[in-house]
Amino acid sequence: MRFMYIVTSPKGHVMPNPALMEAINKISEREIKAGRMIDSGGLMPVATGAQVKIADKALSVIDGPFVEAKELIGGYAIFELRDKEEAVAMAKEFMQLHIEHMPEWEGTCEVRAFMTAPPCA
Amino acid sequence: MSAADLQHTILAVWRIEQPRLITSLSRMLRDVPLAEDLTQDTLVAALEHWPATGVPQNPGAWLMATAKRRALDHLRRGQMLARKHDVIQSDLEREQHTMPDPDAALDDAFGDELLRLVFTACHPLLSREARAALALRMICGLTNEEIARAFLISEEAVAQRIVRAKRKLSDSGLAYETPAADELSERLASVLEVVYLVFNEGYTAARGDEWHRPQLCNEALRLGRMLTAIAPREPETHGLLALMELNASRNAARTDAQGDPILLMEQDRARWDLLQIGRGLRSLARAQALGGGGGFYALQAAIVACHARAGRPEDTNWPAIASLYAELAGLIKSPVIELNRAVAVGQADGPAAGLAIVDGLVRDGGLENYHLLPTVRGDFLERLGRHDEARIAFEAAANLTANTRERSMLMRRAEAAANRALQ
Repeated sequence: MRFMYIVTSPKGHVMPNPALMEAINKISEREIKAGRMIDSGGLMPVATGAQVKIADKALSVIDGPFVEAKELIGGYAIFELRDKEEAVAMAKEFMQLHIEHMPEWEGTCEVRAFMTAPPCA
Repeated sequence: MSAADLQHTILAVWRIEQPRLITSLSRMLRDVPLAEDLTQDTLVAALEHWPATGVPQNPGAWLMATAKRRALDHLRRGQMLARKHDVIQSDLEREQHTMPDPDAALDDAFGDELLRLVFTACHPLLSREARAALALRMICGLTNEEIARAFLISEEAVAQRIVRAKRKLSDSGLAYETPAADELSERLASVLEVVYLVFNEGYTAARGDEWHRPQLCNEALRLGRMLTAIAPREPETHGLLALMELNASRNAARTDAQGDPILLMEQDRARWDLLQIGRGLRSLARAQALGGGGGFYALQAAIVACHARAGRPEDTNWPAIASLYAELAGLIKSPVIELNRAVAVGQADGPAAGLAIVDGLVRDGGLENYHLLPTVRGDFLERLGRHDEARIAFEAAANLTANTRERSMLMRRAEAAANRALQ
């Protein structure tokens, strides 16, 4: 099964410190070599982004930063894993790194299964 | 949480940590089969302890600490290993001396240890079946029960196969070795063969458990991704991954609602997985960029890529497929490859050209009991308007297949040819 990991943190929160970055790079490299991580990426600050919205059947474009957003997406990863239990175990290991290397960090790692058929279903 | 749910969770946590556990232990112990035993012991320990204590806050750290303790106990206990122990001890001391964090060194060596693990599990000294079982267990962390269900054999047979294979490795002094540079490509061939065997077991299976056989495809794809990550300069690893990704991309379109197979040319191409096709094409490009476009797997991937690139069946580049088959036939002398080439030539240059190749195969012999030979021959004869000969070919094909659905389809084609012969 393919899973997307979306990491969000309260807005205005700081970027990972170097120790956390290094730990994340290490686990990513390991998981790529283990054949489980397919893709990952960090996102630029929201100031560089935009939101295209529909409300009352009308389009509007809002440039970042988005004042009303409570949680902001900082990065994502895509993993190919057997089931949700493995996906959660992987997310916990990833989040554990935050506790160890950047204890002040707070946020959420959302784990979502892809709707597309797995490689062999 | 029920006992079964908890066990499921523990197994999932263990599988996530398994690659790191086994590579760390094999580095400590200089013994891959032993490292695998102790990694399994660590799972048993978790299954014993965690139901009472709950899953620890940091289960990965718990598993690693337990595994290392077992490894050290083993080293201390073993009289026979006294000398080895000294070596490890001094290695560890040296590491601690030069590195502030010994785990960092293990992390850095992860790729090398994984490569060693792969080469050990797939050693050419072992039978293909033993290699497949060892790879699934030591690299993918499957249990004997899961391997047994996937290959439709008994759990005892799997356990025996694995025990014998590990003993053979240890007895042959192959418990901890990496192939020398000059034997790397030969040894890699033995690894790729196993990965492809595992993939095909899952992909072409007509029978078997609905979860466990497809899981083999997923494990093979994972092994393929792993190999391209740890041996990125080897073109055939990319070729094999491309072949598997491109074949797997058609999966949702391969069977109808009743589970009956749908032929490639009749599949709904909208159901092919475009993302997976993209990954397959990129892997193929990588193999070609590394100079391996003419490799066994890369050529097959290039053939599948011709189909993947065709938006409609009539857009298929048959001349390209025919010449790729010719190249493949130059690599491996196989009547089955020649028959496939005949089909492509028949599409590219017309039925007469295809029939000439098929008639050559009939003369050469070797495919007397293969129903697809008269099937393809009948198809060409039919297109050439030689309906009576086509009928005879389809009847011969029907008599050669054990598959009842296929037989009735061939008998229908024979009947249709007979009707046309009368017109």
